[in-house]
Order: sequence, then C-alpha cells, then structure tokens
Amino acid sequence: MLIDVHAHFFPEQSLRADWRDYNASRLRAGERIGIGIHVTSTLGTFGRRSPTYFPSPADVVYGNDFSLALMREHPGRIRGYACVNPNYTDHALAEITRCRSAGMIGVKLAASRRATDPLLDPICQRARELGLPILHHIWQSRRRDWPGQEASDGAELCQLAKRHQEVNFILAHIGGGGDWRHTLAVVRPHRNVYLDLSGSGVDGGMLEACLSVAGADRLVWGSDITMETGWAKLRHLEHLLPSADLDLVAWKNAAHIFPPDSFPGD
Amino acid sequence: MRIDVNAFLGAYPWSRVPGTAPASLLAAMDRVEIDVAWVTHLPGLFWRDPVEGNAWLYETCRAHARLRPVPVVHPGLSHWQDALNEAVAQGAPALRCDPLCFGLHPSGPELRILAAASGAARVPLLMAVRLEDARQRHPNDVAGELPAAAVRALIRSDADLRLVVTHADRAFVEEVHFGSTPDEARRIWWDISWIWGPPEEHLAALLATVGPERFVFGTGQPLRLPENTVAKLDLLDVPAEARARIESGNLRDLAAD
Repeated sequence: MLIDVHAHFFPEQSLRADWRDYNASRLRAGERIGIGIHVTSTLGTFGRRSPTYFPSPADVVYGNDFSLALMREHPGRIRGYACVNPNYTDHALAEITRCRSAGMIGVKLAASRRATDPLLDPICQRARELGLPILHHIWQSRRRDWPGQEASDGAELCQLAKRHQEVNFILAHIGGGGDWRHTLAVVRPHRNVYLDLSGSGVDGGMLEACLSVAGADRLVWGSDITMETGWAKLRHLEHLLPSADLDLVAWKNAAHIFPPDSFPGD
Repeated sequence: MRIDVNAFLGAYPWSRVPGTAPASLLAAMDRVEIDVAWVTHLPGLFWRDPVEGNAWLYETCRAHARLRPVPVVHPGLSHWQDALNEAVAQGAPALRCDPLCFGLHPSGPELRILAAASGAARVPLLMAVRLEDARQRHPNDVAGELPAAAVRALIRSDADLRLVVTHADRAFVEEVHFGSTPDEARRIWWDISWIWGPPEEHLAALLATVGPERFVFGTGQPLRLPENTVAKLDLLDVPAEARARIESGNLRDLAAD
C-alpha cells in the first residue's frame, strides 16, 4: 500500500492546455510506482482567473468541485483536500464543511495568509471539529517574501501547530525548495507536525536527517509535481528502513492522521 | 551497462553530505546498479586552485577500476595546459570546468581557449549548469548558474569541441539544442539528472524532439540520490535500445566522435 499525500491534478479551467495528458500521466505513473491512493488538492484555477496561491472564492469552489469530480470518477484511487483561502473566513469554513460532507478527507492551506496569522485559527478549529488534517504549503527557510504567495516556513507552521495541538499538520514538500535543514531545526518537539517528503529535491542526506529529527512515525510519503523524485526517495527509504518502518512512511502514518475509513481497509 | 557521468567524491563545502568517500560511492553504485562512475573531486571545485584536487582523484581512481577521473581544469590559471595534458595522459574520459565557480566569464576568452584546446586534445569538456536548487543554496554560495547562451557560444567557438552538460532542465536543453545548428547540437550530450519525468513528462518530450542519442545517464551523486535517475528511466516508455543508449551507449559515440 502506498498513499501519496501530496498530489495535484489540473482542471480544464487552468492555464495548462495539456491538462488531460498531465492527469493521465499522473495516474499512469502512479500505477507503475504502486500508488494506491492519490490525495489531491486543486488550487482554484491555478492562476487562470485568480492567483494560484490567492484563489478567489469562486475559484476555490471551482477547484474543489473539480477534486470532488475526480473522487467520483476514481473512487478507488483519488481522495481530496478542501483547498481554502483563509482571507475569506466564512467562505472558507463553509467550504470545508461542504467538502467534508461530500467526502473530502483533509484541508489544504496554500499560501494565502501566513501560518502565524490569527485568521488561520478558525480554519484549524473547523478542521479539529471535523477530525481533518491540514496540509500546509511551506517554503523551507523563507528569507524574504516571494512574489505570488504569502508563504510560511517550518517555524511559522510550528507556531500554528503549537496553538492547535489537537490538529495534525502535514508540513508540505520538505524537498520542495528552500533550506530543509531550517525546517528540521524546529519541528522535532511538535508531535502534531508530519513531514511530507514530496518535492523535486532529492538531496543526499535529506531523508537520513528527516528520520533523525522526526522519526519514521512522523514522515508521510508524497510526490507533488515530480513523481520520479518521490519514487527515488521511496527506493532510498527501502534501503534505510526496516519494512515495518517503511510501511509507516508509505501509508500507515497517513491512515492514522486522516479520518477513519478514508482508505481501503481502514 | 550503466555509466554515471555525473558523480563526485569528497566533501561539499556548503553542507554536510553523507556518502562522499570512495567506498560509500561504490556502495551507492551497487545499490542502484551503476557499473562505472565518472567522478570529480568535489571540494577542489571550490579551491583557489581546483587542479590541486586532481592528484588525489587520479590516485583514487587507480585504486578503484569502476571510477573514472574527470579532473578539473581552470583556464584562468597559468598551468591549465599542464592539467589538460595530465588528463590526457591519465586517460580521463572528460575534463571538467565550471567557470562560474572560478569567477570566470562562462564564454569569455579563457573558456574559448580551453574549448579549443579540449577539442584539439579530443577530450570532451564537462560543465554543470548548477549543483543545487537555487532556492536552497547557502547564503554565501552566490556563484551564478551556467547560462544557456554560454553553451551556445562555446559550441560555436570551436568545431572540434564536444560538451557534456549536466544538471540542465528541459528549457535549457531546448534553448541550446534548437538554438544550434545540427552539427553543433550533435557535439553536445546532456545528462538527465535535472530533467523531470511524469506527470510533466519533460524527459519523454525531449527524447521525442531532441532524440535519445543526445542524452546520457547522470545522477549528481552523492549530492543527489542516484535512485532518482533510475526511477526516471523506469517511468519512461522507451524501447530498450533507447534506454541502453542513454545508460551507456551514447558514451561510445562521444568517445569515438
């Protein structure tokens, strides 16, 4: 069993003319890698009608509806996160409730508002009420503001996680850019923060460092937008870990933090 | 047969990287079934005189038949021709020059002279576009990335020059390949370490447009997991013949060119 906790599929109303081919490629590669479940989030229209990391309420609904349609089309393979923009608090809360009722199993916060901002508190409270984990986009070591997003780093997410210790947070793509060592320096004491191994980075020593800091019971496997890098990390983990610990990273930790009955055999 | 043209030995100055000793690299090669690796002395790249790392490199490669030395040549230093001659004498499969690490203009007069000498000596020149993702580099690691324009300029500067370019992404490869004449493009080989697989399918696209004969197997290990390049090939739907060319066959063309 392998669960990809960080997947994306592109909707028709995105900037990608090749969205069908892209989505088919992800499913095809997933079959080859052995991914049983892709847990996906759709960030609005990915920049077509509103910015990827600042999706308008209308685009939030459009993106989540696309994810829900994918879940219906592939009930055995795809699950979804409700992606919301916390700047629109009431809308975000209603969207989380709507998407959970429709079968989504988590909340996705991208980079619409810094993780330290109080506006994220009601989102976390709703996630706690519904028993949902929050996948939070992270820029590992943010030394400045980057255009197009109000990114948070690991330290900022840990502040949020400390305020909401009954919510499980998935710290996105440790290999997704920025200095992952900066993140590892702060996550150790935050037991409700799980490291998602996705991202294009395949640095030598990164997995060993993640294991040293967080342990196998706080790592979750994912791919994000490059799947060969995810597969490479999984193959390297096969070399590093006994099979029981490998199962934790591959799927058991995910099964633990998502709601019961999210996956086959739960 | 699988040959990694993009591997290093020795410590990386900007972060602690495990597995940089020869025995560790050989163990990693066993893990992912790499038969031979072209290796450069990594710390030497950052020394004032990078050539000082070459002697250790030659000695290490003599002790390990699966490692082939890719020595560094710094064309801004007066003894660069000695380093080139030594590389030829040692049977090096390529010379390495990363001009931006040395503070040289990437297609300036020193590089053009080296390009001509490399062509005349019939030893390919190997250059990296980058070693690390720009988003995570050490604050003091400020050397620029190799620009595509420099590769175009160098390959035009000497008709005998052959280049092996590592760590290039799809856009870089396309810009150089389609910005060159067929004869120029035929003298450049690209390692696949930094080219994305599915779902972006950059490698599949390049194999279809540029052709499998232009690509070679490279990993960037131990800075990067060597499993990545193997996984990328395992996700490709290419004929076994094309995969074999990438994994080692194209290097025969490079050596015989």
